[in-house]
Amino acid sequence: MFESHIISLSIWVPIVAGVFVLVLGSDSRPTLTRWLALFGSIAGFIATLPLYTHFDMSNGGFQMQETYAWIPVFSINYHLGVDGIAVPLILLTSFTTMIVVIAGWEVIQKRVAQYMAAFLIMSGLMIGVFSALDGILFYMFWEAMLIPMFLVIGVWGGPNRVYATIKFFLYTLLGSLLMLVAFIYLYHQTHSFEIIDFHALPLSLTAQMLIFGAFFMAFAVKIPMWPVHTWLPDAHVEAPTGGSVVLAAIMLKLGAYGFLRYAMPIAPDAAQELAMPMIVLSLIAVVYIAFVALVQQDMKKLIAYSSISHMGFVTLGLFIFNPLGMEGGIVQMISHGFVSGALFLCVGVLYDRVHSRQIADYGGVVNTMPVFAAFAVLFAMANAGLPGTSGFVGEFMVILGAIQANFWYGFCAAITLILGAAYTLWMVKRVYFGGVTHKHVAELLDLNKREFLILAVLAVLVIGFGVYPQPITEMTHATVNQLLQHLALSKIPGGAP
Amino acid sequence: MGMKTIYLLIPLLPLFAAVVVGLFGRKLPRSTAHVLTIAAVAVSFGLSVGVLLDILKGAAPPFNDTIYTWLTSGNIRFEVGFLIDQLSAMMMVVVTFVSLMVHIYTIGYMRDDPGYSRFFSYISLFTFSMLMLVMSNNFMQLFFGWEAVGLVSYLLIGFWFKRPTAIYANLKAFLVNRVGDFGFLLGIGLILYCFESLDYASVFLVAPQFTDVTVTLIPGLEWSLLTVICILLFIGAMGKSAQVPLHVWLPDSMEGPTPISALIHAATMVTAGIFMVARMSPLYELSTTALSFVLVIGAITALLMAFLGIIQNDIKRVVAYSTLSQLGYMTVALGVSAYSAAIFHLMTHAFFKALLFLGAGSVIIAMHHDQDLRRMGGLRKYLPVTYITAVIGSLALAGIPPFAGFFSKDAIIEAVGVSHTPGAGLAYFAVMAGVFVTAFYSFRLLFLAFHGKERFGHAHEEHHDDDHSDDHDDEHHGLAPGEKPRESPWVVTLPLILLAIPSVIAGLLYIKPMLFGSFFGNAITVRPEHDVLQHIGTEFHGWFEFMLHGMMQLPFWLAIAGIASAWYLYLVRPDFPAAIQAQFHRIYRVLDNKYYFDAFYVKFFAGGARCVGNLLWKIGDVQIIDGFVNGLAHSIGRFAGEIRRLQSGLIYHYAFAMIIGALALLTWFMAR
Repeated sequence: MFESHIISLSIWVPIVAGVFVLVLGSDSRPTLTRWLALFGSIAGFIATLPLYTHFDMSNGGFQMQETYAWIPVFSINYHLGVDGIAVPLILLTSFTTMIVVIAGWEVIQKRVAQYMAAFLIMSGLMIGVFSALDGILFYMFWEAMLIPMFLVIGVWGGPNRVYATIKFFLYTLLGSLLMLVAFIYLYHQTHSFEIIDFHALPLSLTAQMLIFGAFFMAFAVKIPMWPVHTWLPDAHVEAPTGGSVVLAAIMLKLGAYGFLRYAMPIAPDAAQELAMPMIVLSLIAVVYIAFVALVQQDMKKLIAYSSISHMGFVTLGLFIFNPLGMEGGIVQMISHGFVSGALFLCVGVLYDRVHSRQIADYGGVVNTMPVFAAFAVLFAMANAGLPGTSGFVGEFMVILGAIQANFWYGFCAAITLILGAAYTLWMVKRVYFGGVTHKHVAELLDLNKREFLILAVLAVLVIGFGVYPQPITEMTHATVNQLLQHLALSKIPGGAP
Repeated sequence: MGMKTIYLLIPLLPLFAAVVVGLFGRKLPRSTAHVLTIAAVAVSFGLSVGVLLDILKGAAPPFNDTIYTWLTSGNIRFEVGFLIDQLSAMMMVVVTFVSLMVHIYTIGYMRDDPGYSRFFSYISLFTFSMLMLVMSNNFMQLFFGWEAVGLVSYLLIGFWFKRPTAIYANLKAFLVNRVGDFGFLLGIGLILYCFESLDYASVFLVAPQFTDVTVTLIPGLEWSLLTVICILLFIGAMGKSAQVPLHVWLPDSMEGPTPISALIHAATMVTAGIFMVARMSPLYELSTTALSFVLVIGAITALLMAFLGIIQNDIKRVVAYSTLSQLGYMTVALGVSAYSAAIFHLMTHAFFKALLFLGAGSVIIAMHHDQDLRRMGGLRKYLPVTYITAVIGSLALAGIPPFAGFFSKDAIIEAVGVSHTPGAGLAYFAVMAGVFVTAFYSFRLLFLAFHGKERFGHAHEEHHDDDHSDDHDDEHHGLAPGEKPRESPWVVTLPLILLAIPSVIAGLLYIKPMLFGSFFGNAITVRPEHDVLQHIGTEFHGWFEFMLHGMMQLPFWLAIAGIASAWYLYLVRPDFPAAIQAQFHRIYRVLDNKYYFDAFYVKFFAGGARCVGNLLWKIGDVQIIDGFVNGLAHSIGRFAGEIRRLQSGLIYHYAFAMIIGALALLTWFMAR
């Protein structure tokens, strides 16, 4: 029974747990609510572990599939399945949910149950996005997951949260509407919403271009790619710490995942044709956004811009069409999940104490919070791509992969070596080093056990995957090879133009 | 125990000590920190010596094997592995020896510092990183070690994190190094692209087939592939080994505690670039253009940086500029394909420069952390051990026979003299003139600190020495009036003595095997037409003859002249320097501003980047993109507002619209 429903369990365990938290928890019983949520998130994490243990590394196709007819009239199925790209991202999702629950422990005082439930439900929905093999099912999960995030920012967010949520919602919603149109078009061609049928469908170059464009609107906004990125800094600044962590660690990856699962394999010829503009947009994200990050005054904005710049590496890796780049992009997604999550948690640690995100309000934090500062410097170094941390692996692979495609792609991407270090370490210098400059900094207390735990776990992962990243790529090998082979074959009826 | 286990233990022991002390140092007693780390480094040193002896005896063949597979992607494997041959074994001995000395010395130097165990953790971590760098058998791990030593350097320069100057210097060091690493990484990328491997052995094997391959990076310009690769890799070396124009971080790195200036910023880390080029000799030998580039950069560094040593008043900065200049000498040696001479000088320099830095540190302890030479003088009476070892170090640096520096430096100068690499003429002039300047500033330091009138003990205004133990921040403590400096404890002087010994004898012992013998075996490749050392070797008849021969040559007399001028200016006529400074104030100003490199970088790069960032943010993101998005939202809102007015809720409006509509429809049907 469990063997055949591994993915369903991964999706529904956290959602059911979230419903339980909503029903049983309340602000009058906050401790119970929190423990319930923690228990639920741990159960959700355990539910995803079989995805790893049952995974066949040598198989590049979809595994552990489950199919049930859902709306037979339109041949819409409840069809789930995972491959080597989805599994690491699903594990990242369920893991991050645990971190977020612990991070919100006593920080969230109002509407605890709703807060915790939102994250649990969101976790299940995002796992659904990563494992759906039916277009409509995917679309449902994709849109549904926006709602809890919208609420998290809108209810527990900062003063300007209304502007931020509306911007976030409209940007992503407008993008995904075109995706729905693409799905309906594909349905008319195949009479099926099965993704595998979409992959096999021959399409003229024009059709592919239009489909790719529609998907691009949905996914580029999510990643976000330049120039549709401006919703992200606003959303991050207003979001509570947990919201920022999930947004950066997982939601951004959904966009890149969308390219890998939909846009590229459905329209491979268009993807090849448009590789150059995609690479240029990625490089603009890497370089332009790094410059913008350099001058930010707000720590969260800085990390948000840094996220965009790092996601530029992911899209760059995908569109240079070689194994090094594509796997590098996937590794970068996982690593960025840990590193950006950790960085936002660090800002949260400071914000909870001082209630400011402005760099200028800090200085010399290391004097009063030495343990915390050690973690912060570690994560900053990971963000700057220091070898030995996970942040290095993806960047290294993508840069080497880019040089194989064109020396100048690698050249532009490698500029991040300088700029990434500059904006990250300059912030570290101003926030953590130096003498104590403010009274509220002098009164800071170092990490409590709860904060220590989550940062320590992330630190172990960041260093662990930096020293030994092989486990990630082992999983992705077969899938990436199969995908690259698929992308190399033209789908245009009558062969390549 | 297999050899692989021993090779693994050598770097892992310091790492283990670093991790234990780093994680639990605050809970353990202070002594644990130094006992554990020193034991680890001492064992590493012992094992390294054993490894070197085995390899030199031929008992163990060079080892080249994988430890574990870091990552595979496509058909490329990234591995962590060791290449243990003569070159890496020698580097391991030098690194662990100097590191051991510095560990012991630190017990005394950092005695009162609150960050005691943190410091030990860092220097052990550094030892691990540096060992991984020199023991690597592939480019990926080389880059790993390369960046890891940079990280520790960053942490240690900023060790006293309350000092604004220290945290400025460490950021600067990291970023300037990153500029070098940028080139380095691109070089590695091109290697992977062309040779489809990052393994040294496989790359070196096929590289000769690529001599005629060209790349066109800029349309219309065709470059030799190997030249591009070698120059990109060398840009990395310019960052790490502080060659002009990426040298600006090294003088500022003196903000770090003195023991690490000796270990990292003199003896080992900064020589990583030299080591790297020597390791890559099979590649560099294939590109005369790249060698020429190396040579010219080295020559510029050797001479320009030596001049700056003359005008410094901070005791550590004098030694720092001399390090820059000596790194230039090593680079020059690389440029004329005298790789073994570069490594030979790297070794002797590691000994005598570590000695000089630690000696300067001993003076600094005695002066209660006043580093200004103008407030010293006459110290030889109070610090006899420090004085004698400092004299040895200075003689070695100035290149006076029979001290170690003489042999290595003279070999470099002779090699440049017979080289035909383009740029050798310029380099010959630079290294020759450098000899005079080097001797001059070395003995200026020695005379100002240890000879002449005692100028210490005049308390300056802001003087306060009560908070010395818990606060290392105040840069100028100095001696109280009437207080006499005292010789440092044995943990400080012992390393000085142990470093003084090789500073005397390492040159005469190793010149024959290292330069003209088979010390390096196949670790270094030189093409016959570049082999300047072979050329010199035909006239080599033993170290003593080499010495006698050297004493009849120009460099020796230039060194003597340098010492004599320093003696005259700073002991006989101490009023002269000020007069000269006043006379040549324009030149002085250029030197005092370090040729304006720093000012230019701050204004152009740091300021420029912020300016670009602000433009892109305020104009690009806020005005254009968000302006468009918000504008769109507003216009939709306004449009909706206009439309809304139609729905006025008044019956006669709707009735009017209906009638108009009905009429229009009717008209249309009629007209059809």
